[in-house]
This record gives sequence, structure tokens and C-alpha cells, in this order.
Amino acid sequence: MEPILEVKDLTMDFGGLRALDHLDLEIDRGEIAALIGPNGAGKTTFFNCITGIYIPTRGDVVISPPGKKRERINGLKPNHVTERGMARTFQNIRLFPSMTVLENVMIGRHCRTRSGIAGAVFRGPGTREEEQAVVDKSYEILEKMGLSRFVNELARNLPYGAQRRLEIARAMATEPFLILLDEPAAGMNPQETYELDQLILRIRDEEGISLLLIEHDMQLVMSLSDRIFVMDYGKKIAQGTPEEIKNNPVVIKAYLGEEIDA
Amino acid sequence: MKIQDIKESFFIAAWFILLTFPIMVIQVNPIENIIEWRWWNLILVGAGSFMLSFVWRYLMNRKAGQKRKESEDAEDIPLTQRLLRNPRFFVPALIVLGVFVFAFPFLFSAYQINIMTTALIYVVLGLGLNIVVGLAGLLDLGYVAFYAVGAYSYALLNHHFGLGFWTVLPVGAFMGAMFGVLLGFPVLRLRGDYLAIVTLGFGEIIRLILENWNAFSFGPSGIANIPRPGFFGVDFSLEASSRYLYFLMIAMALFTIFVVNRLQNSRIGRAWIALREDEIACQAMGIDKTKTKLTAFALGATWAGMVGVMFAAKTTFINPASFTFLESAIILSIVVLGGMGSIVGVIIGALVLILLPEYLRAFSEYRMLLFGAIMVIMMVFRPQGIISGVRRTYQFKGKGDKAVKTRETVKQPAPTTDHS
Ligand SMILES: Nc1ncnc2c1ncn2[C@@H]1O[C@H](COP(=O)(O)OP(=O)(O)OP(=O)(O)O)[C@@H](O)[C@H]1O
Ligand SMILES: [Mg+2]
Repeated sequence: MEPILEVKDLTMDFGGLRALDHLDLEIDRGEIAALIGPNGAGKTTFFNCITGIYIPTRGDVVISPPGKKRERINGLKPNHVTERGMARTFQNIRLFPSMTVLENVMIGRHCRTRSGIAGAVFRGPGTREEEQAVVDKSYEILEKMGLSRFVNELARNLPYGAQRRLEIARAMATEPFLILLDEPAAGMNPQETYELDQLILRIRDEEGISLLLIEHDMQLVMSLSDRIFVMDYGKKIAQGTPEEIKNNPVVIKAYLGEEIDA
Repeated sequence: MKIQDIKESFFIAAWFILLTFPIMVIQVNPIENIIEWRWWNLILVGAGSFMLSFVWRYLMNRKAGQKRKESEDAEDIPLTQRLLRNPRFFVPALIVLGVFVFAFPFLFSAYQINIMTTALIYVVLGLGLNIVVGLAGLLDLGYVAFYAVGAYSYALLNHHFGLGFWTVLPVGAFMGAMFGVLLGFPVLRLRGDYLAIVTLGFGEIIRLILENWNAFSFGPSGIANIPRPGFFGVDFSLEASSRYLYFLMIAMALFTIFVVNRLQNSRIGRAWIALREDEIACQAMGIDKTKTKLTAFALGATWAGMVGVMFAAKTTFINPASFTFLESAIILSIVVLGGMGSIVGVIIGALVLILLPEYLRAFSEYRMLLFGAIMVIMMVFRPQGIISGVRRTYQFKGKGDKAVKTRETVKQPAPTTDHS
């Protein structure tokens, strides 16, 4: 398997605080990987660094989108990272609250469409076609995510679990090859978590999108992941299959006394 | 309201005192060869920026509190919107309105027509600013600068080169857009109260340039004898001329409504709204923040530039006094009062705020006081404005079917902007 994301020696300093400490990580094509670690380990910071929201102090982030050439992406703006096929969700849900559910997903199509000011004003056949395609595609994604009954609801009126799924739908609309999920199951009940589990598997199997998720729900992590990376104090302390991680004494030590609830 | 907020506002005030110190406090008196220290200005700048920042923070805090309440009692469509979108009410209303608009200049005196034309100018200004503030969520307090740019474009091009109204109209719009981008660049990184104060400064800079650069703009005495718009070389009587201006302004307003309506339901319009709702998520979804902000500034300013040309042609005389901060404040009030992001709201806002003071001449002394009071009351009781923005909705047939978009229906209000 060829890696689609390679992170080498990634380091992030916030003043005196080293949030990421020489981190190495690789994601293979078609893989569901998980990034776990105690609170404050630097997991979200890792996402922010590879998606261009923070500029890492040092290190390299290299992507190899399927069918495209390898490219170093550190220093790129977030929108350019997304354009290149890496989309994400946020730990503290960041939807566009007063836009409808459909429009939220339509925003995801922005970077895959072209029509500009003139197109908007004259609304020629090209623009109309593109607009219709955006609507169709967005609706299709909502159906896949089981959100089609909410199409015209405002995002902020959605139940919590649906909001989390809408974030994933929005990310999918950007046609990514890799989706980064930051605690997708946080605040979900067991039923919703189970559905999420199935959904993530479907995204990988049917859409061929690889996923990297940060998650505190160990059951979900163990059942989903092909590979797990464990972080503590900004360092990677272990990586391996769920079996290996479960029995790794270093990991157990890192978690001892720590809370690992969802 | 936390101590923290007061501290930050205080810090901002100190910062602006420092920044404006050289121009606001120090004045060289070349006649007596001394330096005058205008300490009074320092106090004004300090107090002004402190108040602005403080009120801003207060309203933001309030809004945060309100959001929590709002999410609980959501789903009810306001009456105004149900009426607006109900065809049985809407179509006859539109016809009556159309007839009234057409008959107006033949029923009323030239004085009334002039007032209505002015109100229409503000409708267009409001719709333009609505792009920047209502849709993209960028609080611009210097919008009047673009209006001035348009007006002076016509006055100067006509004065020096004899260019006519119809030639300069697109030039004015273009100049507005250019200045929009020009202002957009330096403020790309600013948000909320910082953006507000800097744009306010920009507006004042333009006005001060016009006031002081005599060789260029003829200073405070302004430019007179600006020709009115031509109509195939026909000479109008004064009465007919105001009618003509009125219909021109109606056409311009309709054009603006048409374009703004199309823009707000387009790919770009959605990007503006996404930017207003959540800047980080917006970028993470692949939207170029820089480009989106600049198009908002440019397209907003275009209308001000265009209608500025119209203003110069209407009054036939302009000077910098027509482009004070007060104008920006009025235009912003129109947007806020009418409803950010709502075209109908902005139109109503403009008519109310411009026509009411004209007909309530007795109160004209208290105009500003009234404005202030209305704004505060609106912020507290109806922050989304008279009519709140409506999101377009789509109908889909059948589950799993190919999606079919059929018609627009009514949806819930969009809340006001979030700048911080
Ligand atoms: N913008 C920032 N400025 C300063 N410090 C930061 C910033 N962002 C994160 N940190 C610090 O970096 C460390 C890692 O934070 P991060 O949010 O990445 O943790 P996390 O692993 O996602 O934790 P959690 O499981 O609670 O989400 C923390 O100590 C945090 O305080
Ligand atoms: Mg986190």
C-alpha cells in the first residue's frame, strides 16, 4: 500500500509550549486510522497543522492524492489544502448555523465549481447547469448520510448527532481522498455512535475515501481502525493495530489515571 | 459584561490614541511658527474609540446570550414573511405598488419627487452596503467614501473633460469598485471592532483629502454646475427634470435589486454568508477568504460609486460636507434597521429612515437622537431587523430519486452577523 499522507518530524510550538514534538505519521490509501491520546495531547493541534490552520514550527506534510503527483503541502492556506483533497471536521462543531442543511453541503462544492460574478448575474445556461449539479450532488450526499429529511432546515436547528453527520457530509462534498474527523462521536448516544461506525465504514468502502479520526470512544476506535496512533504530550508514543495497542504497556501507562471518556 | 471587556476596550482606545496622535493632536501653526497641542482631540479620540469598542463588545455578549435562547424556540415563520411570500397577497400588492410608483411623480409636487428620489438613492446605498455588512458580515463604517468617489468622479471628469452623465455612470461604478479593493487589502486581516474603526478612518481620510487638496477637488467650496443627466439632447423644464431623475432612480434601484438578488443566491453569495457565519470553517471548506472578502468590498462599493454619480447629477453641486461619517451611519442604520441580508428589509429601512425625518420636520433637531434610540431599541428587541434574511429552500421529489428543484418557499430568519 502506498501512503497518501506522510507527516515527518512535525513540531509545533506555542510560545514555550511544545504541542507537537517531532511527530511522524503515515496514512495508507483505503485505510481507516485513528489518532488517540489523553486530553491536551496535541491531537487537534495536529489536524490544525496539517490542514493549514496553523503553520507548524518545523516538519513536513506530504500528500500523494490517488492519480496525482506527490506534493508537500505545509504552508498552504486551509482552502488550498482542501482543494488538494484533504477535508476535515471540527471538534467543536463549526457549521454555518443560519444556512440550510443543503446550503452547508453546497458550500463544500464551492472549490469544485467555477461560476463567478458574471455567471451569478446573467445566470446563463452554464451557470444554471452547474448550480443544478451542485444541488443534485449535495442532496445525494445528504441522502447517503441519512440527512435528507432535514434538507431545508437551518443547520442550527438540527439535533446534535445530525450536526456532526452534517459536518462529515460537508467535508465529503469537497471530493476529498482523505477525511480528518475530530471526535466525530463526541456527545452521541450509543445508537448514534453505532450508526456513525457503519457510516464511516461505508464512506471508506463505497466512496473509497480514507479516514483519520481522533476519538476518545475506545470501543469505536478499536472496532473501526486498521491502525492506531497514540499521542501523549505532543509525542507519538505508539502505533499499531488495535490488538497491539490494547496490550502496549506504554499506552496503558499514558492512560493510567487519565480520563478516557467520550 | 466582564472586567476583561472593559480592559480590552481600554487597550484599544489607548492604541488608537497613539496611532492618531500625530494627526489629531499635533498641529503646526506655520504663521506663528509654533506647535499647537490639541489635547482635546486626544480625549475625543480616546473616548470615541473606547465607546465604540465597548458598545460592540456589549452587543456581542448579548448576542451570544440570545443565541442560546434562540436555539430552543426555533420554528416559527414571522408574519411579515408569510405575507411576503404568499402569492395571494404578494401579486396584488406588487401591482398596486407598481402603479403607485409609476403614478407618484404625476400626483405629487416636485418637492415630494425630490425627496423620493433621495430615498431611492439610499435604497441603492443600503442594498450595496448590505452586501458587505449583511451578507459578508464585514462591518464597514466608511461606506460613504465610495459614494464620494462616485460623485467626485462625475464632477471632476465633467469639469475637466466635459464627460457626460451616461459616460461617467459606469466609470463611477468602476471607481467605486477599485476603491473597494483598495480599502479591502489593508483590512483583510481585521475583524469586528478593529475593522469598524479602520474603515471609519478610511472614510474620514477620503473626506479630509477632498476637503484639503484644493488643487484637485476645489476643497470645501466644492464643485458647482454639474449637469443633470441628458436625455437625447432634450431640454427639460425643472418639473420634468425631477420626474426624469425619479424614473432614472427607480430604474437604478430595480437594477440593483435584480443584481443583488441574483448574487445572494449564487455560489459567491453563499460564500459570503459562509464567511460571515464562520471564517475558519469557511476556509476549511475550500473557500478563498481573501478573494471572497475583496469581492464583497468591491461589489458593495460599486453601487455606492454608481449612485454617487447620480447624486452629483441630481444636486448639481457637491462638496465634502455631503460625505461625512453621518452618512455612513445613516446607511448602516438602514441596513441594520431593515434587516441584514434582506432586500425587502433594506428597502423598507431606507424609506423609513429617509422619509420619516423629512415629513417630521418638527423633529429634525432630534434626528440623531431618534436614530440612536431606534438603533438601541432594535438591537435589544429585534436584532435581525424589521425583515430578516430568508434562505432559499429547495424541493426534492421522492427518496433516492434524482433531485428536482421546483420552487422557492419560505424559511426561517437568518440571524445577524457574527464578527468576532
Ligand atoms: N492556539 C493555541 N495557543 C496556545 N496553546 C494551544 C493552542 N492550541 C492548543 N494549545 C495547547 O496545545 C496542547 C494540545 O492541545 P490540543 O487541543 O491539540 O489537544 P487535544 O489532544 O486535541 O485534546 P482534547 O482531547 O481535549 O481535544 C494543549 O496544551 C493546548 O492548551
Ligand atoms: Mg482536540
